[in-house]
Amino acid sequence: MAITGASGSGKSTLLGLLAGLDVPGSGTVKLDGTDLFLLDEDGRARLRAKLAGFVFQSFQLLPTLSALENVMLPLELQGVRDARARATESLNEVGLALRAHHLPKHLSGGEQQRVALARAFVCGPKILFADEPTGNLDAGNGAQIMDLMFELNRLQGTTLILVTHDELLSKRCGKQLRLEAGRMVP
Amino acid sequence: MNRGRYLLALNFFRRDWRAGEWRVLMLALVLAVGSLSTVGLFADRVRQALSLQAASLLGADLRISSTRPFSPEYRKLAEKLGLRVVENRTFPSMVSHQDQVTLAEIQSVPAGYPLRGKIDINDGITHVATGIPHAGSVWVDERLMRRFDLHVGDELGVGQQRFVVAARIVKDIDQSVGFASFSSRVLMNEVDVAGTGLLQEGSRIAYRLMIAGEPAPISALRIALKGMLSSGEKLEDVTDARPEIRTALERAEQFLGLAALTTALLAGVAVMLAARRYVLRHLDACAVMRCLGITQSALLQLFLYQFLIAGFIAVLGGLLSGYLVQAALVEWVMRATDLPQPGFLPAIKAALSGFALLFGFAFLPLLQLRRISPLRVIRRELGLPGVSAWLVYGIAALVLASLFLWQAGSLKLGLFVLAGLLVGLLMAWCVVWLWLRVLAYAAVRFSWPHSLRKLANSSVAVQVVALSLGGMALLVLTLVRGDLLQSWQGKLPFDAPNRFVVGIQSEQRQSLQEFFRQQAVSVPELLPMVKGRLVAVNGQAISAGSFADPRAKGLVEREFNLSYAQKMPVWNTLVQGRWWNESHTPASPSRGNEDNNAELSVEEGIAKTLNIHLGDQLTYDVAGSLFSAPVTSLRRVQWDSMRVNFFVIATPVLLQDYPASYLASFYLPPDKVLAGDALSRQFPNMLLIDIREVIEQVRGIIAQVSQTVSVVFVYTLLSGLLVLYAALLATQDERIHEAAVLRVLGADSAYLRRLYLSEFAVIGLLAGLLASLAAVALGWVLARYVLDIPYRLNSIIWLSGVSGGIVMVMLVGYFSTRRVAKIPPLRVLRGE
Repeated sequence: MAITGASGSGKSTLLGLLAGLDVPGSGTVKLDGTDLFLLDEDGRARLRAKLAGFVFQSFQLLPTLSALENVMLPLELQGVRDARARATESLNEVGLALRAHHLPKHLSGGEQQRVALARAFVCGPKILFADEPTGNLDAGNGAQIMDLMFELNRLQGTTLILVTHDELLSKRCGKQLRLEAGRMVP
Repeated sequence: MNRGRYLLALNFFRRDWRAGEWRVLMLALVLAVGSLSTVGLFADRVRQALSLQAASLLGADLRISSTRPFSPEYRKLAEKLGLRVVENRTFPSMVSHQDQVTLAEIQSVPAGYPLRGKIDINDGITHVATGIPHAGSVWVDERLMRRFDLHVGDELGVGQQRFVVAARIVKDIDQSVGFASFSSRVLMNEVDVAGTGLLQEGSRIAYRLMIAGEPAPISALRIALKGMLSSGEKLEDVTDARPEIRTALERAEQFLGLAALTTALLAGVAVMLAARRYVLRHLDACAVMRCLGITQSALLQLFLYQFLIAGFIAVLGGLLSGYLVQAALVEWVMRATDLPQPGFLPAIKAALSGFALLFGFAFLPLLQLRRISPLRVIRRELGLPGVSAWLVYGIAALVLASLFLWQAGSLKLGLFVLAGLLVGLLMAWCVVWLWLRVLAYAAVRFSWPHSLRKLANSSVAVQVVALSLGGMALLVLTLVRGDLLQSWQGKLPFDAPNRFVVGIQSEQRQSLQEFFRQQAVSVPELLPMVKGRLVAVNGQAISAGSFADPRAKGLVEREFNLSYAQKMPVWNTLVQGRWWNESHTPASPSRGNEDNNAELSVEEGIAKTLNIHLGDQLTYDVAGSLFSAPVTSLRRVQWDSMRVNFFVIATPVLLQDYPASYLASFYLPPDKVLAGDALSRQFPNMLLIDIREVIEQVRGIIAQVSQTVSVVFVYTLLSGLLVLYAALLATQDERIHEAAVLRVLGADSAYLRRLYLSEFAVIGLLAGLLASLAAVALGWVLARYVLDIPYRLNSIIWLSGVSGGIVMVMLVGYFSTRRVAKIPPLRVLRGE
């Protein structure tokens, strides 16, 4: 599903609420049958760890960890034993096996977003939240990243929630949802 | 100044101020200036008080003594400089009461005497004397009162006149506790002197010109007088007063200097950390302004103005807090109401130091801001343009070192600190870097949690070095302070000798020891004393002309008191060579050889003055006969130990055949004071010297300085905690971001807590280890080269360093990151 709309229309806010990254003034969100806002912050975090993957416009890699270690993070959070092997495999899938030990600041924007993709998919999430994943990238890199994301999405059978204002991109999604000034429009 | 830009800076400053951006930097500065000015102002007052106290022993700030009347020029010069001058005369005379007669020292004083210090008298009740004895009356010391069984109101005959004893002197000043002034004292108004008929041609009169006033004219006069004095005239000031007091004063200043340095060091670190954080948080704003077309120099000006405003406010705040805290200290801790007000100089010094710290530590980062690329607006990963870390730390170290030089007032101490800082920082950096690499390697190798892996890449090294600097300062201050105070106080136990007895003849030794046993006073060791003059060093004849140093000239001109002993006095320390009863090896165990050893042991201070080294052959003239012997050891003597000390000690074989007199120091308990009088009666040729006053003075100085240092220590502790806080804050933004990402990925707060606590534990461990290492090294350097005390390796330092490091960092870390887990992650991630 694609969420589209002009700047300031509330796309990212909606995404944040859907993922339980922020708390609404009123109303609620059910994720995989669980009411997110009946849980506390920790409960929501655990639910995210189980269900969700994320890709952000500004990558949000930890600057002090290498590419591989960034990908290992969600696995470690779940206490997965062979985190290193699975993370290496995941990096391989995004074509960055050779850059595994580089710090984010030594990677290009496109490479950083590929690390973020590897991190998002490494746990096999049921749902992937992507917030303008190509917003910080040039057209060529952006297209590559999108291809890669749709490919992984297809392979893993993940539900994708994509925030974008790129019309072409939203067309590639099964459903489109358009926001204007915080309201859904047909 | 560009007015528009200044207003803009003011505007920016106000906005940042409200957002709390300046809080840490300004707090660091307030604390820096506050502690520097507290220490400075307080130390200034204590110093003044100590000098005044010492001056009260002289009765003046400067004193000229002579056996001839003074040239009127001296008085004129002093008065022209706005100083107060009084002259008194002292002469020996027989005094009588009823049918008893004894020798006493008569001191005639004019109105206005004494210039410094106070005389306590008892004329029925004990009180501070407000003037001098009225004409026709005298004040008499305790000894004479007891000797004649005098009471206030009795008559005392001095020369041709009879005087009323108006008071007993309880606490006297201006006593030269030399070996000559042992006799009873009588204080007389100078108008009465003529009537006694005692002063005639050929009378033995000691003249003293006493001068007091403001420090500046005093030192001007001292310099002027040095060229004017004739050979029989001696100029004394507070530092000449007594070696015991001088040593105590010097040690006091070393203590306070050390404490001030420590605080400055910590403050500098805190300012550095705060400035770094400030700059990092203003990258975006600078990039935007660069995009909007501001020039580099205008940008630099904009920030310089803000730093000036911040500096000005913080320095004022610091000075205010410094003044209040020192006033509170004086009031509540020292419970002293009569300390002189502090001068302006320490405040000016502290303010300038504050600005120096601010710009020394913030200027380079500001230059970096100037060069920020406007492209950062689009490419956020563009950080600070690189400036050599060595340049940043080099400048910081230089600023600190010059501050230290200035604060310490001692080139030696300042240079030590500069060298120590540079070498120390370099080594600390290397050590931390290495540790972190090893840790990161091990973490990857053994799949430790990522909190340990990331340590090698983050700015943790800065934190560890900063924390360990704080820790080191705290440890050194605790360690050195404790050891120094202990070894200092240990020198003056309650039963430290309080009397000297001199002029004991060889044949009196037995009966004197018997006397002590009868009086149930512990029998002192009688030390032989032979007078001799140094005439040649290594066969080269020497005279006063051989030396430029006036002290050396004086030493060569007069006779030394030499002594001989088989064993080294226990209150001396060997610094070079070997003592003779240890120098015979098992290969030559013959006692005959040992007795034939002709050897000398010299006190290290006088050896330095006279340029005497181990192995030099010294030739002495004793009563017309010459002997030569090599110097086989150099000793350190504790002049403030209140013991009998000798510059030169010889092997018995060299001196035992010469006529010697003996001397001893001993402790006379307060309940046995009468034994002193009995001794004077039974052995009238001996001189009994009472040094209780001196001991009290030295004890007083030690006590005051101990308290001062304890208070300053609290300040250092606070600065150390600020460093700790600033160091953790420096990485807080990084941590908040990291926490948000981890939370997005599903980490709960227990995980985050574990993550941070383990990270803090490791940082605390590393910082504690490094701090202990550095403290041991610095403590050794300070003990060995600056404070001249033996260094004991205190094993507790490791335990307290490491455990203290872990606990403190974990505690402060816990409180400073509690909030981190509470912010909804999206707000953090979007707030970037």
